[in-house]
Amino acid sequence: MDWIAILILLVRCLVLALAATTLFAYFTLFERRLLARFQNRVGPNRAGYIPLPGGKKLFGGVLQPAADAVKLFFKEDVIPALADRWVYLMAPGFAVVPALIIWVAIPLGNWPDGNGGNWLHYAPIDVGILYLLAVTSIGVYGIAIAGWASNNKYSMLGGIRASAQVISYELALGLSILGVVMQSGTLRTEGIVNAQVGIWNIVPQFMGFIIFLIASTAEVVRSPFDLVEAEQELVGGYNTEYGSMKFALFFMSEYIKLIAMNAIAVTLFLGGGNLPGIEQASAAITASYGVTAGNAVMGLMTLGAFLIKTTLLSFLSVWIRATVPRVRYDQLMNLGWVILMPLALLNVVITAVFGVVFPVGAVVPQIAMGVIGLIVIVLTTVLAAPKRTKRGVTLVRSQARN
Amino acid sequence: MLGALIKGLSTTFKYLFKKPVTVEYPEVKRPVRERFRGRHELKRFENGMERCIGCALCAAACPSDAILVIPAENNPAAPNSPGERYAARYEINMLRCIFCGYCEDACPTNAIVLEHQYELSFYDRKSSIYDKSMLLVPVDKGHGEIPPVLQQLNRRPSPPAQIDL
Repeated sequence: MDWIAILILLVRCLVLALAATTLFAYFTLFERRLLARFQNRVGPNRAGYIPLPGGKKLFGGVLQPAADAVKLFFKEDVIPALADRWVYLMAPGFAVVPALIIWVAIPLGNWPDGNGGNWLHYAPIDVGILYLLAVTSIGVYGIAIAGWASNNKYSMLGGIRASAQVISYELALGLSILGVVMQSGTLRTEGIVNAQVGIWNIVPQFMGFIIFLIASTAEVVRSPFDLVEAEQELVGGYNTEYGSMKFALFFMSEYIKLIAMNAIAVTLFLGGGNLPGIEQASAAITASYGVTAGNAVMGLMTLGAFLIKTTLLSFLSVWIRATVPRVRYDQLMNLGWVILMPLALLNVVITAVFGVVFPVGAVVPQIAMGVIGLIVIVLTTVLAAPKRTKRGVTLVRSQARN
Repeated sequence: MLGALIKGLSTTFKYLFKKPVTVEYPEVKRPVRERFRGRHELKRFENGMERCIGCALCAAACPSDAILVIPAENNPAAPNSPGERYAARYEINMLRCIFCGYCEDACPTNAIVLEHQYELSFYDRKSSIYDKSMLLVPVDKGHGEIPPVLQQLNRRPSPPAQIDL
């Protein structure tokens, strides 16, 4: 590897890191505006707008992330006197670095560089899936260490909760991904994307998709599984003692991890950058303008498709956050160990049986698998629902109606 | 459980398309109620004379001692107000005022009225004191006839507690 290749790699890494942080910044805006609309509010719409004639404002709030960043930069940087100083200072780094390096193994699209590589896939490693699983769960070290080093009972509880929760949902997450791996027959992320050209994995692996969504939400400790930072119980959770940019780093790692989880879901279940028609469009451009232009069009379109799918899943995360209240801790553990893990195992069994019995790539068995998954999930929700106790008192109004 | 989840999600989704209830304050000001108690105004009569006769009953009624009234004798040739005296200085400390409206109740000539202006903010304590020039309405904004009891300047009666206006 000569120095030019290293330089190109460095520039690419810088671009990726900046893209991830920008994505985070605008995801916070996206979430705040959407959450506000879900709750009948307007949301941040002041910072940065384009004034239009007639008093109308365009893009209200586009500079809100910048304003937030400036505010956090100017906050006082406090280190608690009894904190374990170096561990305390390192914890935000421990949280952020895994969140950023998740992205290298995700194929963000398909932009062939002409030498058999892909500009939009940084590390096409053989065990891409294992890498993703390892890095997403290593991020919890940052949280646990932060909770420990703050020398604060609330932080400590938040950190312990985070470790317990991530360990519990790791299993269901890994098993739900195992179904996809068995379906595609490869651990390479781009291999999984290529295997979904005809039919996306969400159809045969519907159960796996649902389990992955739930487990990944718990893995990134997001509402309704955000017991780690339950304000009512734990003040701010593990980041209670963190302020200024150190807090911002925790915040950033959380959101980048959330987007990365959605991106992984897109890669595994929604066909990555695949969208019908892109191949033909790029072939047409290649025919008239040459290979480089064709590759560029291919790359941009697949990247666009990937980002659109990720945005849709992010919308789903915000929607769920706006709807579902936080679960209790025993419910969380119950859901993880008693419901999700056996379901994920069942999914693996179904995938294995179908893989042995039916030929690879047949469409009807795949749809049948999806239907079976749907039925299993509906049955589970019906059976596992908490028993409704009969009301001891009859309400006056319902009596009057009868 | 699934039904409840779908119900919840559809409910929040419906709210996504509703108009937000937020009133975007500096641009849009929500009208206040008719009897809202905001900043005080010193009223005038129809002919432009001040209603305030400097009796300081408002200052006496004020539970937080926010009002200062210093009366002076009217010049009979060019009176500021009907009756014998007028308020030479009239100040309200807006930091002390609790907007209870007792001054309004106490005023025998309906001179002081709590109006609808509620944007009272200032950068220092000094500007919290609103003096007569800030409180008095313009000359052409007067209303109402001067009651007969206030027109008998030469007899100099003490005004009754509440004049029938």
